[in-house]
Amino acid sequence: MKAPVLEARDLHVWFDLPDDRELHAVQGVSFGLAPGERFGLVGESGCGKTTTILGLMGLLPPTASVAGQVVLEGDNIMARGESSVAPHRWKDIAMIFQGAMNAFNPVKTIGDQIAEPMEVHGISEGDAARQRVGELLEMVGISRDRADRYPHEFSGGMRQRAAIAMALACEPKVLLADEPTTALDVMVQAQILQLLVSLTHDLGLAMVLVTHDLPLIAQVCNRAAVMYAGEIVEQGETETLYHDPGHPYTRLLFAATPDLYDESNVTSIPGGPPRLDREIIGCPFAPRCDRTFEPCPTVRPELRDLGAGHTAACHLNDPVMRAAAS
Amino acid sequence: MSTNGQVHPLLEVSDLVTRYPIPRGILGTVAGRPQQQVHAVEGISFSLNQGEMLALVGESGCGKTTTAQSVMRLVQPDSGSIRFEGSDISTLGFRELRPLRKRMQIIYQDPYESLDPRFRVRQTIEEPLVIHGVGTRSDRPHRVKEALVRAGLTPPELYIDRYPHELSGGQRQRVAIAASLVLDPKLLVADEPVSMLDVSVRAGILGLLDALRKDGMGILMITHDLSTAAHFADRIAVMYLGRIVEEGPARDVVRNPQHPYTKALISVVPKRDPRDSSEPQILKGETPNPVHIPSGCRFHPRCPLVTPECPRIDPELRTPKDGTTPDHRAACILV
Amino acid sequence: MSAELPAAVSQPADLVRAGGGYDAPPPARRTRLRVWKVIREQPMATFGAVVLLLVILVAIFAPALAPYDPREKVGDVYQPPDSSHWLGLDDGGVDMVSLLMYGARVSLIVGFAAAAVAMLVGGAVGVLSGYFGGKTDTVLMRITDYFLVIPDVPLMIVVAAIWGKSLKNIILIIGLIYWTSTARLIRSQVKSIRERVYVKRARALGAGNSRLIFKHVMPQVAPLLIANTVLMMAIAIFAETALAFLGLGDPQKISWGLLIENAFARQAISLDAWWAIVPPGVCVAVLILACTMLGTALEDSLNPRLRVGHLSVKRFRLRPLVGRMDAE
Repeated sequence: MKAPVLEARDLHVWFDLPDDRELHAVQGVSFGLAPGERFGLVGESGCGKTTTILGLMGLLPPTASVAGQVVLEGDNIMARGESSVAPHRWKDIAMIFQGAMNAFNPVKTIGDQIAEPMEVHGISEGDAARQRVGELLEMVGISRDRADRYPHEFSGGMRQRAAIAMALACEPKVLLADEPTTALDVMVQAQILQLLVSLTHDLGLAMVLVTHDLPLIAQVCNRAAVMYAGEIVEQGETETLYHDPGHPYTRLLFAATPDLYDESNVTSIPGGPPRLDREIIGCPFAPRCDRTFEPCPTVRPELRDLGAGHTAACHLNDPVMRAAAS
Repeated sequence: MSTNGQVHPLLEVSDLVTRYPIPRGILGTVAGRPQQQVHAVEGISFSLNQGEMLALVGESGCGKTTTAQSVMRLVQPDSGSIRFEGSDISTLGFRELRPLRKRMQIIYQDPYESLDPRFRVRQTIEEPLVIHGVGTRSDRPHRVKEALVRAGLTPPELYIDRYPHELSGGQRQRVAIAASLVLDPKLLVADEPVSMLDVSVRAGILGLLDALRKDGMGILMITHDLSTAAHFADRIAVMYLGRIVEEGPARDVVRNPQHPYTKALISVVPKRDPRDSSEPQILKGETPNPVHIPSGCRFHPRCPLVTPECPRIDPELRTPKDGTTPDHRAACILV
Repeated sequence: MSAELPAAVSQPADLVRAGGGYDAPPPARRTRLRVWKVIREQPMATFGAVVLLLVILVAIFAPALAPYDPREKVGDVYQPPDSSHWLGLDDGGVDMVSLLMYGARVSLIVGFAAAAVAMLVGGAVGVLSGYFGGKTDTVLMRITDYFLVIPDVPLMIVVAAIWGKSLKNIILIIGLIYWTSTARLIRSQVKSIRERVYVKRARALGAGNSRLIFKHVMPQVAPLLIANTVLMMAIAIFAETALAFLGLGDPQKISWGLLIENAFARQAISLDAWWAIVPPGVCVAVLILACTMLGTALEDSLNPRLRVGHLSVKRFRLRPLVGRMDAE
């Protein structure tokens, strides 16, 4: 088991709300990322997955406060806040934002925009940068001579590839991808995913893939974490998450996802996620869970090790709790 | 409620063609540039019965949304016929269409934008009644509550006075559905009804549409998600560049696809089971611009099974030689 | 605001209000409430609103508040300020303070009325242009362009000279020249609102144009229109003052511009009678400032295009983890 290239240790993020209240958006998230690994962060809207990866790069607004460690190759880059994170941005960790393909400057060429991070971080400029831009474009499947074209001359899928090229400009070790294929057609999605997988193989790039699309994680990622109400409720190999889930939310989430061939009923989960601006008592999923028992409404479950790197935060896995209840 | 004894289908579309002109601007017109058009829908035919759900599936640019807009007569088709409840509505004017709006309704993709943020739920659902002069002031509240219940929002009193921003995405979509139901339509067009909703909520909405279908409603669902179509629709029609390239019973199309495009599409849909290691058949490039349609079979530039004949022949929909059901058809010379 | 919804529910509907992490779009409050909220919360708006209110009150209650009759000679020409006449007397021996109080009336009346004309004409043009598009839009925008091109002050001089100098004419002239910026603003707003899904949905339901315009489009533009009208008031007040100063105002009505013009014409400056010329100027400036501050604050909050908060420097804060998190 290789040493992790990136580790989040007990990461918390709060956002200030009016009336002196706080939104506890990320509540103690921990995970590790090995080199060349594709790690999925799955959850529905509001679960905190985007805030988590923004937090890894310190891209949070002034209303945010952060606690915990973000360890990059052994160093806690979150130690002094912005000043310790900034030097690593883009050079060690890069990100493809949600809707990146629509975030290009319409009056600058794609080539210029891909070269920009290199110039800003002093890695290369001028002809050397142009050379590198050509290499990057080829790496993502765009022909070199399109570097002098403008964003509107590219299709959505090509722009997403360009966004990936831009993220790779400074040769990062970690790539964070936030919903990289959400607005794309399924065929283009397959192309982009194929590209991302090959990049992790060829460059040894470690990747965190954030999405709400479970089958996507199932196909692309080796390991994944399921987030709910700001915390990771289950983490492990994707096969295990599907075939032997340790948390009812994971199980229900898969059950709510229609599969092409599986004809069993697709279910929905009643209710909605809890508010994160007040303290949650007991298990955050309890109001919607179909297997609650005695301790669930009052005792908050901790992440338990279920073996082989599989952890889940559910009392059903705790023999002590179950014995006490019956 | 029974769909037997049906004289004619609820909706019958024949050779529908809808194109959008691309504005040339003054320079273009003066310079004599030819008027270019987006060939959004290029001759499609299908029918929909009461109590049936047909899914129009395809990627962006295939023309499925334009088809829905044409059927609802929100755009003017260029040619072809749209027969709704037996009569052709393709050339009717705004006035004549108005009473028809009571019987055909549309639900949009974005629940966060579908409702006027200044209207309470009550006003949103009452609006169709007011527009069409249905019901009296005293019985409208009752109709509104009935529609809310039918859309799964019970008890209705809890929702009637709320503003959209106080509701979740799924609830907003149900309100939009309730507003469509209040006039008791026969045809419901659902344009990507769940793609902007969380996964845990989708089945509820789709189940609601399914229940409405069982109640006799004809539903035309537009979606890019084959899995959803496979699960909830009776029939699927796969569109590519303005044409239907394959259509048939949902189960059949998904398990026994005939057209190379359908086959490729199905192979790249991510499967739920991580152990499923079927090789995806990823096509090269992207769907071409609907302004310049390839010659012959419009799919031939990307088709993995392309033959020299393909650029010359524009295939019609026909039953494959080894097809299992007669109503499963594909437009490919190889089947 | 709303009662708490029950957490558990027996129906399959997704019932629980998702707050907190739920990514809700900002609440769309009623226009009145939003305007009120801005006035209460932003210092610039509060200041502007308070000053405006004060001026309005003074103007309304001028007969009760003014120490002297503004038409009555109570002393010498350009008598300096003293304890009984805080701002001295003007060139006709009339008390300046009283003159200023009554003068507020004209400024406010012209300000409101001309802004109302501009709002009505500009708003109508903007809505019709933005909503219908096509030829209507082209024609109306060309007309707007013609009005924009005409230099305002010369036109006002010409029209005042031809039609005669009355308050009514002044109001009309000002309103008919300055409606163009309102039209442009409203047009672009209406264009974007027209494309929103709920408007399309209402049309698909069979709603006619008038319903769509009055029930769905207008309520969305109303806040912006209000903000713009307040700004227009500032312009109108200045225009009226300028016209009066140029001798084109209604000579029968007491207005601050007329006061300045009189003082200027009757040698107040060379006679060192600052009290005759400075106070009216200050009053105009303060009133315009108040309207501008209020209008700008309203427009900043209500015009979706002007939001630039996301361009601020991002600097999050660090918090040390004290003890175990679930001890909180």
